[in-house]
Amino acid sequence: MKLGLAIEELHRSEDHLGKVLLAVSDRHQADHEVFHVARDVAAWSLRHVTELARIGRDFGLDLDPEPDGEPGLLERLQQATSDLLGRRPEPGLLLLADLRHVHREAAGVSLDWELLAQAAQGARKRDLFDLARRCHPDTLRQMRWANAKLKESATQALVS
Amino acid sequence: MARTDRIAEPWGTRTPYGPGETWPTRVDSHLADGLTADDVDRWVPSATILHSNGDGLDIAVKDGRIVGVRGRAEDRVNHGRLDPKDLYGWQANHSPDRLTRPLIRRGGELVETDWDTAMDAVAGRCRELLDEQGPSAIGFYTSGQLFLEEYYTLGLIAHGGIGTNHVDGNTRLCTATAAAALKETFASDGQPGSYTDVDHCDVIALFGHNVAETQSVLWTRVLDRLAGPHPPQVVCVDPRETPVARAATVHLAPRPGTNVVLMNALLHEVIGNGWVDREYVDAHTVGFAELEERVRDYPPEVAEEVCDVPAAQVREAARVLGTAERLLSTVLQGFYQSHQATAAAVQVNNLNLVRGMLGKPGCGILQMNGQPTAENTREAGADGDLAGFRNWSNDAQVADLARVWHLDPFSIPHHSPPTHAMQMFRHAEEGSLRFLYVTATNPAVSLPELGRIRSILAQERLFLVVQDLFLTETAQLADVVLPAATWGEKTGTFTNVDRTVHLSEKAVDPPGEARADLDVLIDFARRLDLRDRDGAPLVTWSDPEGAFEGWKECSRGRPCDYSGLSYAKLRERNGIQWPVTEDAPEGTERLYVDGRFFADPDHCESYGRDLVTGAPLEETEYRALNPHGRAVLKAAEYVPPHELPSQEFPFQLVTGRTIYQFHTRTKTGRAPQLQAAAPEVWVEMSASDAADRGWGEGDLLEVCTPRGRVEARLRVSGIRPGVVFLPFHYGYWDAPDAQERGRAANELTPTDWDPVSKQPIFKTAAAAVSRLAASDGTPSPAPTTTASRPVAADVPPTRGGETALAEETVGGAR
Repeated sequence: MKLGLAIEELHRSEDHLGKVLLAVSDRHQADHEVFHVARDVAAWSLRHVTELARIGRDFGLDLDPEPDGEPGLLERLQQATSDLLGRRPEPGLLLLADLRHVHREAAGVSLDWELLAQAAQGARKRDLFDLARRCHPDTLRQMRWANAKLKESATQALVS
Repeated sequence: MARTDRIAEPWGTRTPYGPGETWPTRVDSHLADGLTADDVDRWVPSATILHSNGDGLDIAVKDGRIVGVRGRAEDRVNHGRLDPKDLYGWQANHSPDRLTRPLIRRGGELVETDWDTAMDAVAGRCRELLDEQGPSAIGFYTSGQLFLEEYYTLGLIAHGGIGTNHVDGNTRLCTATAAAALKETFASDGQPGSYTDVDHCDVIALFGHNVAETQSVLWTRVLDRLAGPHPPQVVCVDPRETPVARAATVHLAPRPGTNVVLMNALLHEVIGNGWVDREYVDAHTVGFAELEERVRDYPPEVAEEVCDVPAAQVREAARVLGTAERLLSTVLQGFYQSHQATAAAVQVNNLNLVRGMLGKPGCGILQMNGQPTAENTREAGADGDLAGFRNWSNDAQVADLARVWHLDPFSIPHHSPPTHAMQMFRHAEEGSLRFLYVTATNPAVSLPELGRIRSILAQERLFLVVQDLFLTETAQLADVVLPAATWGEKTGTFTNVDRTVHLSEKAVDPPGEARADLDVLIDFARRLDLRDRDGAPLVTWSDPEGAFEGWKECSRGRPCDYSGLSYAKLRERNGIQWPVTEDAPEGTERLYVDGRFFADPDHCESYGRDLVTGAPLEETEYRALNPHGRAVLKAAEYVPPHELPSQEFPFQLVTGRTIYQFHTRTKTGRAPQLQAAAPEVWVEMSASDAADRGWGEGDLLEVCTPRGRVEARLRVSGIRPGVVFLPFHYGYWDAPDAQERGRAANELTPTDWDPVSKQPIFKTAAAAVSRLAASDGTPSPAPTTTASRPVAADVPPTRGGETALAEETVGGAR
């Protein structure tokens, strides 16, 4: 059984997605909705990480329930810089690139949840299956948000 | 006929009535000193403009001047009554500081000029930017106080002629969540209920809605029910001790920023106790199972912990709501201007739906508006919607709009939702929006985080046009200022919260060279030479009635159908509820009778959004969810507010309003009786918070957030501990030196909004409060008659005196 591998990989990719969302938030403090919503939905990834660490114990895994997520010096610097750059148009293009990145990362996590759900079903691991059923919709919402925000932001950033 | 000081008694004399009876008439009037009705030359039909209630009135004219007002006994909305703002506010029309000539910035100063020069500058800069950058450089920020004809013309010019997506109104600050909540539940805007539901209900539930001060005549109707036989029970959700809270059977005062938890808990109880109309739910809704699952995590004990409301009180409120036989629910700023605004407001829709209480007398939902013509901004497409509640993401509907406008559908921007106001200011901040045309609103006082807003508006690279009555704080920053006519000086229609359309006729000429907004907009379109697909002028009308006829065609077949209305009909009977069609020539009292909605995927205005992220649903998702066009039950999980109290900023700051003032006081501040009743900013705090610090009534306090500071005198009131309140009306036009010390509440508010409705959050900033000086015996300038009532007895009561005496005639003809 390679269920442990799937949990470990998802734990890694969710943790990464959470950090990507926080970094995107930090980079776009002057785009207030992106700043706030990216943080709100990053919390979903952090919650998934905790839950994966907990269920990982049943499969003999020792995963960190709260990988270091506090903003470091670099992120705080990014927040301050993004605020100062708020008066320049280039961040609009950076935002498009960042949202595209979020969408790709979230799509990867979504596929990881698919894999885990399939495996859990095959192995008759009900708790694991329920976890996937509960968490996967959040990932899809993160993806849809990145997609929608990209669509909404693209025109002004590209035609102005 | 009685004479009443309507400053001291804002709601006037009681006329009690019982359930199912007709509300008695009471005709209120106020005329200039020394005049009686016999002195009046003409009475000109109109409706009220200083709140959203839409009360019918007549304007008194003598020698070509407005000399007073009188409520219309036969009007369905008010049965003759008027709000104090209407009784005295008309005097502002005569203010000596009205703008009478266009102004243009020359060498850094605003100087008088003629219309031709001003309009050439406006149209010229617009054309220049269109050629250089295209429509993305152009934005329009309008109001909730123009007329329907003006919004429709503005929407046509902006969306159809210029092709910009950047059109919104200040309705974003007051009513965006009402529209968003209705779109989430019913897939289309459109107010389900009617004011007459007050006459029939046995429970009225007010969610963040201090109706006593925001729609005082509607509250008068409730007070008369409360004074009559078999009065309704009242449920009130508000952190302040408002007049509504004092009259309530159950008053819940949640911690700001936690409305979603409270609503989820109320639904948890209603569903858990089986107070559900299963037959209605099964026949007319989708999503009940998801709703049930969502609220399962929110028992009253969770609400007790998060909202700091006793679980027993939550249960009691749920019992009143759950056992009501005719439930009327209303919602306003306490929900709309809060964190998770739409998610909370949608739960109110859900409440009435699961109880099967909609579309019947006494069973209604009123998602309220804040401004007199907010409804028109929404329906005419001047506020981030397309005209006629058309769905921007439905190509067939956009094509239909293009047919009405004789345009290629491709030229109407619909690649994404119309840009909301906060995003337009963001585009101006980063420099891609370079022309902003502001009509009848004052963002330099009303938007959040004023330091930021002022710096955006003051940028040299932004060409700012302001069209207004006075040289407002915003107008002072403009490149061109256009003097506008106002209510009583121009003709047009407007529609209130419960879809009642009034015709407001021109009574007098505007001062100096001031012009009706409609005339200015048509002139703008002509100078830009905007044309349709056949090369004919895009705007085909030249007067209000022509614009109304154009709008009728645009609205035909849509939920807000005006096709059966006309100026002639409104002159015969003013105050008719849309839709008005061939089938319903006398209007429609309630929408959604028998559970029939406007939610069919082909016809609906919106496919909905994710209640947390705000991401719009795709058409395919909506079709799968709701193929048969039922009402949609949906709910969200709680997300904590983004700015929470801390050691440094221990209080939660809530901003709001008082009955005596409207918006940034451009009119009410110039009406002596109203200005005297609430002359200056104040700050409210609970008795326990004040006592802990040894502070008292009238002490001068400083309220700070990371964004700014405001000085105000303390009113110790019945507000919830841990919360401070500031009214947002006070800016700098009548106190230019006050900017240093801070007078405008929005110096303090954060730039943050509900991702669904895009309505800014004015109810959950973290604030620090300190005392600058103890009172020398001067009390706080806050009114004593309203939510700002002092807890101490020794504060002199708010009185209007001799000049505020108004006439009341009870039981006149109707």
